[in-house]
Amino acid sequence: MNAPALVFENLTLGYDRHPVVHHLKGDVAEGALLALVGPNGAGKSTLLKSIAGELRPIEGSIRRCGDVAGRFAYLPQQSAIDAGFPITVADLVAMGLWRDVGLFGGIGRTGRRRLAEALGQVGLEGFERRPIGTLSGGQLQRARFARLLLQDAPLILLDEPYTAVDAQTVGDMAMLVQRWHAEGRTVIAVLHDLEHVRQHYPEALLLARETIARGASREVLSIANLERARHLAAAFDEHAPVCHRHAEAA
Amino acid sequence: MDAWLLDPFLEFGFMRRALAGCLALSLGAAPIGVFLMLRNMSLAGDAIAHAILPGAAIGYMLAGLSLPAMTGGGLVAGLIVALVAGGVARMTQLREDASLSAVYLISLAGGVMIISLSGSGVDLMNVLFGNVLALDDPTLLLLAGIATVTVLALAIGYRALVLECADPAFLRSVSGASPFAHLGFLVLLVLNLVAGFHALGTLMAVGMMILPAASARLWHRDLGPLLATAVAMALTGSSGGLLLSYHFGLPSGPAIVLALGALYIGSLLASPVGGLVRRLRPRWHYTS
Repeated sequence: MNAPALVFENLTLGYDRHPVVHHLKGDVAEGALLALVGPNGAGKSTLLKSIAGELRPIEGSIRRCGDVAGRFAYLPQQSAIDAGFPITVADLVAMGLWRDVGLFGGIGRTGRRRLAEALGQVGLEGFERRPIGTLSGGQLQRARFARLLLQDAPLILLDEPYTAVDAQTVGDMAMLVQRWHAEGRTVIAVLHDLEHVRQHYPEALLLARETIARGASREVLSIANLERARHLAAAFDEHAPVCHRHAEAA
Repeated sequence: MDAWLLDPFLEFGFMRRALAGCLALSLGAAPIGVFLMLRNMSLAGDAIAHAILPGAAIGYMLAGLSLPAMTGGGLVAGLIVALVAGGVARMTQLREDASLSAVYLISLAGGVMIISLSGSGVDLMNVLFGNVLALDDPTLLLLAGIATVTVLALAIGYRALVLECADPAFLRSVSGASPFAHLGFLVLLVLNLVAGFHALGTLMAVGMMILPAASARLWHRDLGPLLATAVAMALTGSSGGLLLSYHFGLPSGPAIVLALGALYIGSLLASPVGGLVRRLRPRWHYTS
């Protein structure tokens, strides 16, 4: 068993004091390829957002350990990017070099070579000068994956990376994910295609505000677990009483 | 034709000063306008421009027509409104446009009230509409200083600002520069609105930002050329407006904004990126 890359300590996340992720505990090992699955509203994207530092926990904490402590690459859902912004594909992908070039550094010959390689790996050769507003959804997603390649991070967070893209693109991107896993990077992906998870992800965490099941994908994604997750995620009470479980946890 | 274009500037010092003021405003305000437009904050810029009024009015009440007092007051008022509106939007159910509208309306009404109670109608006209033909040395230096600070700050923070506009979530994930880019941009916005207020007044200061930016956006899909064209359009429009104002005895502020507006309408008609005339011509396409 590898050392942990992430540790969730009694983690509660939410909005307006209503928990979306409730008292989550556990860890993610370095080099894991983990699928976060669950119904809509189960807290998958919220958890990923919090790992990325976008959302502060209501209670508990997330510890990023070892190599991943300060280095991660985060691919939020597509709506996060302004596709109408007047920059080219090369500009968008080159953002992935931020760690090397920072605010002021030039991209240089090495950076340009890496940029060309990344575009080649996602099948976007020749698209360098295209404005991002002229790309299809799948092409834009390929460009965002090329940016992830350049970020070269030990922890990669993917939020619904295959939404609204064709089967060919899903296949190509899934191969990149497998390569990252083979390279020993930790990859956590929010996914809805359960068959894809069973085939490509050795581990899964089934979430419905709290952990329903965690372990090997094929065992986690049983009909009984999925049914339980569906019921728990749907339960929402505007006038729910105050939770005192933090006292129990302590 | 040369005489029509050059004589007013060769013969009169106040026209040369006005031209220098317009050059400074064009260099600073036009690039800020491009980023404002790309962040979908064009109307927010207008609101903050109006919100400068009470600060300038309080400065006027305390020290008369004093440049430092009115500038300082305008800066403080603009920053307070921008930050309070942002804070209200984050802490309540109100969206940023609604909270900004609410805060700026209160601010504008307060400003008009202060000026009406304390000064003459002429003062109010000066603050609302500016007077680019009466720029004195200190004001000109202020405009040049703000333009210099703006150009330098944009050069230093360009990469962070582009990321903050195009993909803020990505910037937050790779760097702690996001809040500095956001706040720094707001400060530059208010600074340039204060500069514009001295020349064009609070009501039209934002015209120097948004009209060149919107016109240039119709010509380019790349940010670099877009910024350069916006500056060129601001300079062309403002100097054209000055000439029209001189030759036809028009009020200078509205003449400048209308000249910028004419460039915008011309761009709407003739631009290669979705211009109306282009839509009427036979369409052709590449094979791949």
